[in-house]
Amino acid sequence: MSTSTDELAQHDEPDPSHPTEGLATLEAHTRGYLVRVRGGELGSIPAMVGLIVITGFFAIVHQGFLSAYNIEALVIQAGPIIVMAMGLIFVLLLGEIDLSAGTTGGLCSAIMAVLLLRHGWPWGLSVAAALIAGLLIGFAMGWLRANIGIPSFVITLATFLAFQGITLIFIGGQGSVIVPGDTPLISLENSFVPIWAGWTLLVLLVLGYAAVKLNDAAGRRRSGLPSPPLTVIAVKVLTFAVIGALFTYIMGVNRNLNTNAFFKNQSRGMPWVVVMLVILFLVGHFVLSRTRYGRYLYAVGGNEEASRRAGIEVSRIRISVFVICSTMAALSGLTAASLLQSVQSNAGAGNTLLLAVGAAVIGGTSLFGGRGRMIDAVLGGLVVAVIVNGMSDLIQGSNSAGYEYIVTGAVLLLAAGFDAVVRLHGRTR
Amino acid sequence: MTERSTTDGSAPDNPAPNPPDNPASGKSAADAPTLELVGVVKSFGAVHALSSVNFTARAGEVTALVGDNGAGKTTLIKCIGGIHRLDAGEFRFEGKPVEVHGPRDATALDIAIVYQDLALCDNLDIVQNMFLGREPTSRARTLDENTMERLAKEALASLSVRTVQSVRQTVASLSGGQRQTIAIAKSVLWKSKVVILDEPTAALGVAQTEQVLTLVRRLADQGVAVVLVSHNMNDVLQVADNIGVLYLGRMAAQVRRKNVTQTQIVELITAGRSGDLGLTPEESTGAAV
Repeated sequence: MSTSTDELAQHDEPDPSHPTEGLATLEAHTRGYLVRVRGGELGSIPAMVGLIVITGFFAIVHQGFLSAYNIEALVIQAGPIIVMAMGLIFVLLLGEIDLSAGTTGGLCSAIMAVLLLRHGWPWGLSVAAALIAGLLIGFAMGWLRANIGIPSFVITLATFLAFQGITLIFIGGQGSVIVPGDTPLISLENSFVPIWAGWTLLVLLVLGYAAVKLNDAAGRRRSGLPSPPLTVIAVKVLTFAVIGALFTYIMGVNRNLNTNAFFKNQSRGMPWVVVMLVILFLVGHFVLSRTRYGRYLYAVGGNEEASRRAGIEVSRIRISVFVICSTMAALSGLTAASLLQSVQSNAGAGNTLLLAVGAAVIGGTSLFGGRGRMIDAVLGGLVVAVIVNGMSDLIQGSNSAGYEYIVTGAVLLLAAGFDAVVRLHGRTR
Repeated sequence: MTERSTTDGSAPDNPAPNPPDNPASGKSAADAPTLELVGVVKSFGAVHALSSVNFTARAGEVTALVGDNGAGKTTLIKCIGGIHRLDAGEFRFEGKPVEVHGPRDATALDIAIVYQDLALCDNLDIVQNMFLGREPTSRARTLDENTMERLAKEALASLSVRTVQSVRQTVASLSGGQRQTIAIAKSVLWKSKVVILDEPTAALGVAQTEQVLTLVRRLADQGVAVVLVSHNMNDVLQVADNIGVLYLGRMAAQVRRKNVTQTQIVELITAGRSGDLGLTPEESTGAAV
C-alpha cells in the first residue's frame, strides 16, 4: 500500500517542494514510518534482513557462494519457487491454503510433456494446454470450497495425493521424460537475455518506477493531500536502480567455468526467467494494489462478514484465488520442467509446496489471511533458494537432503511463528 | 422540542431537512417521520418476537430503542435492515409505504446499520474501510485513492473527529471508540438517512462512551434519523430525543425524552407499564391480545 503518512486532516501541510520545509515533511514521513513499524507493520524488513544475514553467512562459510555462477544458479532455482509463491499469496490472502499447488504444477508439466512428446503437439499448444489444465483444476477446487463448503485444507490434501498419482501414471515407469532442448520453454531457465536487452529492461523499469512514484505524489498534491517527500522517492528509486544495476552487471560477467561450455561458448546475461518474473510481479502487484478486485481480496481475508455486508461477492472471489493459484502453479511446474529439462514421475511432490509456502510466509504474507504482497514471494523465494543452495554446498554426503529438509522446515516454522507473534502484537483489543 | 435540540439541534446549514419545531405533535404532511413502522408482526415458529409494534424515527433526532434482553430490539432492527421480513405490518419511509425484502432494499433507502461487531476489516486502513464495496475508480479502472482519502477526511471532519491520527492507519490499531467513530463516519460519507446503531457504547470506557455519544448527537444534528439501541440508561437519557421501549415483543411506549423520568423508563422496561404510560395490565403479562 501507499507508504505515505499524513498528520491530522486539519493540519496545514507544508509545501513539499519548498526546500526548507521539505525537511519537516521528511521528518514527519520518517516518524510515521517508524510508528507503523512499531505497530507491527513490518513490511519487507524481516525478509530483507533475513536475506542479507543468510547470504552473508553462506558467503563466509562457502567460498564462491557469491560468484556470478552461483548467483545465476540461485536465480534459476528460485524461479519456480517464486512463481508458485506468487500464486499462493492470492490463496493465503483469503486465509485459505492450497496444499496441492506443488503436485498441480507437476501434473500440468506432465500433461505438457505427454502432449509434446507422445502426441507431437507443438510446444506452444502443449504449454497452453498445461496452463488451461491448471486453470480448470483451480476452478474445480475453488468451486468445492466456495459452493460445497469443504475446507480448502481437505480438498487440496486430497488433490495433493491424487495429482501425484496421475503424474505417476502419465510419466509411467520411465521415471522421467526428457524435454527436448530446442524449445523456448527450455530457454526460459537455460538461455540468457542479451546484455544490452538486460540493461534496457533495467532502465525501463527504473524510469517506470520513478514515473509511477512521482505521478502518485503529484496526484496527491493536486488533491490537497500530503505527499511523500521527494527525498524519500529519490532514495527508493536509487536503491532499486543500484540493486538492479549490480544484478545486471554480475549477470553480464561471463560465468563459464570451462571452455567447452554447455550452451554456446559463453554464458552471459540474466536468465529469461527473470523477465518472466518481472512481468508476473508487475501484473500481480498492479492487481493487488490498484484494482477493486485486489482490494476485495484483502477485505475478504480481513473480515469475511464485513465484506459480505459491503456487497462483495465472497464466493466468486474465493473461486478466483484458487484459479489464479493453480494456474500459477502450472506455470511454476513448467518452469521447474525447464530448469530440470525433464519431467519426473514425482514432479511437484516432496517439499515443492512447502518451499513455496515458506517463501510467501518468510516474505511477510500471513497464513491467517488479509496480509501479503507480490514482493513477499520474490524476497521469500530468494531466501528459500539461498538456504537450499547454501545447505547443499555446506553439507555434502548422503545426509545432505535430510539436513536440507530439517533447515527448511525450521525456517518455515520460524516464519510462521513470527507471523503469529506479529499478529498478536498488532492487536489493540 | 427537547432542551437538547433547542440548544444545538438546528444548525441552519444542515443539508438534510431539519425537524420542524414541533416534532412531537406530528401534524403537517412535511412532518412525516423518516422511518415509520406500523403494526409490525414477526414470529419465529411459535415465538412471537414482535406483536403489532409501532415505531417511528425522525430526521434530526436520536430515537433510542430500549428494552430488556429478549424484548425484540434486535429483531426490530433486523426487520428495518431487511434481514428479517415482516409477517405483517407496514413499513413507511419518508411517509410513503415501501417494501423491504432484503438488505439491499434497505441500503437503497439509505438505511445504514452499524452492528455491534462493527463490520470493519482490521487489516484495511480507515479510508479503505469507509469505501469498502463502493470504491470510486479513475481511468483504467484503477482505484481512485486520492478522492477516497479526501472524502474520508471530509466526512471525519464534518463530525469534528480529532482522535484519529491518520486516515491511512489500519483499523487494527484503533481503539474501540475510534472504531465506532469510523463506522459512524461511514454512514455520513454515504449520506444515510437512517442510521441504526446497535449498542455502540457496549464495550467502551467512560471517555470513549462520551466521545461516541457526542458523535451520535452530531450525526442527528446533520439531519439524520438516528436509532440508538442500548442497554445503558445513562446513554439513552443523555442523548435521546425520543425513547421507544420494547417489552416482550410489544412497544410499551414511545415517548419524548423530556416527558419522562428515568424511573418511568425503567418501569416500562421491566414491567411494560408505568402509571398511565405503557401497556394495559393484561398486555403487560404477555397474554395474547
